[in-house]
Amino acid sequence: MSADPRGTHVTQTRAGWLFVSPALGLIGVFFVVPVVVGLLLSFTDFDIYALGDPSVARIVGVRNYAQIVSDREFWGALRNTLTFVLGGGPLSVLASLGAALLVNARLVRFKSVLRVALFSPVVTTLVAVAIVWRYLYHPHYGLIDFALRGLGLPAVDWLGDPHWAMPAIILFSVWKNFGYNMLIFVAGLQNIPEEQYEAARIDGAGGWARFRHITVPGLGPTFLLVGVLTMIGQFQLFAEPYVMTAGGPLRSTVSLILLMYEQGFRWWRLGYAAAIAFILLAIVLVATLVQMRLQRLERR
Amino acid sequence: MSRIPGGRAAKPPRAAWRAGTLAGAALLLLAVACRPSAPATTTVRFWAMGREGEVVAELVRDFERENPGIRVELQQIPWTAAHEKLLTAHVGHASPDVAQLGNTWIAEFVALRALEPLRPWITRSAEVKPWGFFPGIWATNVVAGEPYGVPWYVDTRLLFYRKDILARAGYPTMPTSWSEWHAAMRAIKALVGPDRFAIFLPLNEWTQPMILGLQCGSPLLADDGTRGAFAGPEFRRAFAFYVGLFREGLAPPVSNNDVANLYQEFERGYFSMYITGPWNLGEFQRRLPASMRDAWATAPLPGPEGESTGVSMAGGSSLVMFRTSRHQAAAWRLVEFLSRPAQQARFYRLCGDLPARHEAWQDPSLAGDANLRSFQRQLERVAPWPMVPEWEQIAIRLQEQAERAARGGAAPDSVLSDYDRDVDRMLEKRRWLAARRLNRRSGGSRGPG
Repeated sequence: MSADPRGTHVTQTRAGWLFVSPALGLIGVFFVVPVVVGLLLSFTDFDIYALGDPSVARIVGVRNYAQIVSDREFWGALRNTLTFVLGGGPLSVLASLGAALLVNARLVRFKSVLRVALFSPVVTTLVAVAIVWRYLYHPHYGLIDFALRGLGLPAVDWLGDPHWAMPAIILFSVWKNFGYNMLIFVAGLQNIPEEQYEAARIDGAGGWARFRHITVPGLGPTFLLVGVLTMIGQFQLFAEPYVMTAGGPLRSTVSLILLMYEQGFRWWRLGYAAAIAFILLAIVLVATLVQMRLQRLERR
Repeated sequence: MSRIPGGRAAKPPRAAWRAGTLAGAALLLLAVACRPSAPATTTVRFWAMGREGEVVAELVRDFERENPGIRVELQQIPWTAAHEKLLTAHVGHASPDVAQLGNTWIAEFVALRALEPLRPWITRSAEVKPWGFFPGIWATNVVAGEPYGVPWYVDTRLLFYRKDILARAGYPTMPTSWSEWHAAMRAIKALVGPDRFAIFLPLNEWTQPMILGLQCGSPLLADDGTRGAFAGPEFRRAFAFYVGLFREGLAPPVSNNDVANLYQEFERGYFSMYITGPWNLGEFQRRLPASMRDAWATAPLPGPEGESTGVSMAGGSSLVMFRTSRHQAAAWRLVEFLSRPAQQARFYRLCGDLPARHEAWQDPSLAGDANLRSFQRQLERVAPWPMVPEWEQIAIRLQEQAERAARGGAAPDSVLSDYDRDVDRMLEKRRWLAARRLNRRSGGSRGPG
């Protein structure tokens, strides 16, 4: 119709924008606006008095951030969260990889049953299984301590001892979440061409060598994806301590998000809580960038 | 993965909001649907917590029988979620008409402007009068001269002690002054040896050192609740006494987590005194063997200057009405019903919560028990915590400081100045609000905020 290619281009662009506008609108309303409002909130002292009368909220600049950095509670929560990320993250990825290798192995029977069984913790309700695990961890009636005593080991007060509460949470969380990453790993494993394994076998490579030189490099992008997803998820530790320990004993399982929740919805220091959220965002962003850089270096 | 970015953290409040909205919508539908068929029935929404929420159902049934025009929709909320639920309900405009409220939360809900001032209701009421209740308990419901709640049941702390051990140490009755009390603890310690202790003061509880502060006459917060008064001489005296008990070895420097079974430890004499509340009356009766029945008793707290200064905390729950409620008249009827001495005594028989009304204590189920009499005597000498919304947050911080002094060996006075500094920071907003009010009053030209 039109001979002017520029006109067609403009119409097409306009149509394109038109098509994406519903999605953009939704993202704007439900994502961009809340994030911006949250950021603005973090520069105010919006608190319980402001909930009663909004006119008493003040703009305080970066005071919330300065207070957070000088707050012992924050550093405690950061330490707990890092323990969870650095202790639980690698463990979770390894568990997922192991499970993926297991359900993908040719020797294993009833693969689909196994896969469903290993995936089922992911789809169960966290609060429900957390309560079950609280029984498992119980020092008197718990199955875990029963087994420990059976092996002649001392029983551990898992959720009552400040040194053991975080490991207990990590263990529970790994069990709860490894199935999801397992699926991603299975998909990654199936993308590795079978011929490579055959060729390697002909060249005389053993099981370990095949795993080390074919499976691991073949899973490279999957590792990146799983690593980043797991880490972001791990930083958001909340429901497990919220349900199982409420941050105790001796605040040893207070995570950053739990601290934010307490500040925001228990003490109603919403401005302060919003500032914690943005600090967490910055931490996760930096950690993700570092992780991506590391993996890129490794691939070279 | 269960934790997709941004997902988990916001869930409970969001879920509560959603539930609130849904409940609101459902109620609206219900109201619309019911209007033509039953115009005379008013539905009162009543939230009660934990065990109280369970047993009050029986009382509510009788209330409905007495008031055919009123239906009570009772919702039971677990204590652990109660505070958040009430606040989210307020923010989401889904508050109930009447609710049970821990009386340390009243100041906070008043700051939120969630509660209905009760003076006009009380003035008109024949049932609810301030002098019918323990004065210290009534005071916990009054913010800036205005009552916002009616005491429902009361809670305080006093001594549970081993009568037998105390007698063997040379004290047939519990002393009433600090100096004698201190001497008695030393005598017990000398009797029981190095592995046992005179008193158990859990390091993860702030109530005990705070009560000692109240006893010495510390206001806890100064300048109308805008500054900490913990470095003042009154609280310093109380805190030195408290820390001294640990340093002298009279109290073990441990928290509740370190004592696996409190009742067993009490039985075997690991400690001879324990400052705790009314719920433990039932527990001590149930969990200690029958042979121990006469070996323990309760006593009001000793005071620094003798019995009259043996103050304890005024705790418990109140019944409050919400400002947004459209059924306040019916809700008030329920409050009046639950405040009747007969209902209060019945409530005690159902769950062991102590009545807030004097008259209810004449009921035979309460009047005959010596251990309960100690509570009654203590309740005549109770004082409220400072009525500021930040109180709980402030009080929790004392635990950390007390632990530093008792376990870590930090100097009590420097610990208290640190604590005051923390508290002052938490109360900065209150100082600003007070200054602002003052400016308004003196300037007065600008309109109402």
